[in-house]
Amino acid sequence: MPDDLREGRIVIVGASLAGLRAAETLREEGFTGSLTVIGDEPHPPYDRPPLSKQVLLGRMAADAAALPMRRDPDAEWRLGVRATGLDPVGKQVLLADGESVTYDRLLIATGTRARPWRNADEAALDGVFTLRTRDDAGRLTERLAAGPRRVLVIGGGFTGSEIASACRERGIEVTLAERGPGPLVGALGGTLSMLAAGLQRAHGVDLRCGVTVTALRGNGRFTGADLSDGSRIDADVCVVAMGAVRNTEWLAEAGLAAGPRGVACDAGCRAFNMYGIVTDDVFVAGDAARFPHPLFEYQMLSLEHWGNAVTQAEVAAHNMVSPEPARRPHLAVPVFWSSQFGLNIKSVGVPTFSDQVVIAQGSLDERRLVAVYGYRGRITAAVTVNMAKWLEYYQGLIETAAPFPPGPGAADGRPLVAAFPIPSNVPDPKGLFHGPTVALTGYLPDRRLTVVRPAD
Amino acid sequence: MQIVVDLTRCQGYAQCVFLAPEVFELHGEEALLYNPAVPDDQLDRVRQAAAACPVQAILLGEEVSAGAR
Ligand SMILES: Cc1cc2nc3c(=O)[nH]c(=O)nc-3n(C[C@H](O)[C@H](O)[C@H](O)COP(=O)(O)OP(=O)(O)OC[C@H]3O[C@@H](n4cnc5c(N)ncnc54)[C@H](O)[C@@H]3O)c2cc1C
Ligand code: SF4
Repeated sequence: MPDDLREGRIVIVGASLAGLRAAETLREEGFTGSLTVIGDEPHPPYDRPPLSKQVLLGRMAADAAALPMRRDPDAEWRLGVRATGLDPVGKQVLLADGESVTYDRLLIATGTRARPWRNADEAALDGVFTLRTRDDAGRLTERLAAGPRRVLVIGGGFTGSEIASACRERGIEVTLAERGPGPLVGALGGTLSMLAAGLQRAHGVDLRCGVTVTALRGNGRFTGADLSDGSRIDADVCVVAMGAVRNTEWLAEAGLAAGPRGVACDAGCRAFNMYGIVTDDVFVAGDAARFPHPLFEYQMLSLEHWGNAVTQAEVAAHNMVSPEPARRPHLAVPVFWSSQFGLNIKSVGVPTFSDQVVIAQGSLDERRLVAVYGYRGRITAAVTVNMAKWLEYYQGLIETAAPFPPGPGAADGRPLVAAFPIPSNVPDPKGLFHGPTVALTGYLPDRRLTVVRPAD
Repeated sequence: MQIVVDLTRCQGYAQCVFLAPEVFELHGEEALLYNPAVPDDQLDRVRQAAAACPVQAILLGEEVSAGAR
């Protein structure tokens, strides 16, 4: 009964991008009941991508990135309080301050946090940072402004690379250590990783690949790190950029299919319980979600993408107030962007779901190109470097499962630059310091410990 | 007032940069950087930029005020 679904009590846990957009959409879709948004950060929702870009560059303050509302969702904001548990039978969210909030329908939007350095004593050294929140960004920027001699970045994923880029732009010496064969390799595979490595070195980054950091050194204050090749890096700032951890611990007793890869849900954002049965009243969206995608053989995807947080939150909110026949699937093709070393890198689809790659337009030398990824003869992803206008075209090819490699001159009448597709060389994430921002996490919704199926 | 640009949609057309250069800037050929906190004296320009953006990627609005209901 649609009237009923537009009434009642909805609770959203996680007051960030997905939580805010869901709250607005609930009202847009006619929800008139009570709405509570619970967030453990003391701040109203703010935007994270500028933190590793404009903020580190010193062009804006870390606390200036509040997200604008599309409309006022007329919600009760319970900020600065953590949800510590979920009682699915009594339909209550338990809070750290001892209170609890009752819901008829719940949206989980607790996202991710930065993976901490594995040794807690070393992580506590003054000068060792992670970057996820605006407070992290504020502290790190302050340290960069003080003019450190050298910054050590651990992890060559998008965040680590953006941090290295900001340091170089500020004239700060930087060493980037990555356990895998190159930066961005976990997200984009071997070919574009070569471009990223060349770019970093050309900008003066001391790039060390194929090494692990064995220890952080310092006596109260961070002074340097030991690498597995026997070398030592002297630095006064260390940024641990080793990927993200899903905030799902608070759901440990909730009986949901929630684990390190996120909370599994169906294409309509309804969470699965631990038996793989879909729930009626618990939904999930954003970085915390793990969902099946038909374009990628219905494998469960975990994304750390801004655009996904928005579209998935909108679908979840729509479905929370819509009767079954009117519910919508979340089928958006994943899109991601990053800017670093003056380049605009965008990706559509899932580059790690590939066995081959071809440079379809532009070239590595020009640092302007479109790389198209294929899996078993169909196009599954494209990455543009300073050619963002082409993204939509390739998105269409992915959505229609167009054959790979794309026909010569598919896009603009120019011949394919690299006529022969080469292996896309997507490594097993286990061997990397950074994770891919799109992770294929297998097929089973209720697997708490997932095995990442290599792309071939 | 605050803005956020949906950079998954932005195609770097730079109309916003021409209309409100104090708020939007291109970093390199097409990476857009902007200041999310819009100063009052830039509001009109930012409104024009939001209207002119060919992919409607710029959202302007109030932030959630703490303690709001
Ligand atoms: C530095 C940085 C740069 C980025 N750059 C890009 C980029 O260039 N392009 C791109 O596409 N994406 C980028 N992202 C990713 C993007 O910001 C995320 O995909 C997006 O923030 C996801 O939104 P979310 O609401 O799902 O989760 P989050 O933003 O992680 O929000 C979850 C919220 O829930 C809170 N929470 C967690 N547990 C609890 C609990 N138990 N109780 C109460 N509250 C809780 C958290 O504190 C947090 O406030 C970047 C992220 C970072 C950190
Ligand atoms: S006008 Fe729109 S598309 Fe162009 S750069 Fe600005 S935000 Fe991007």
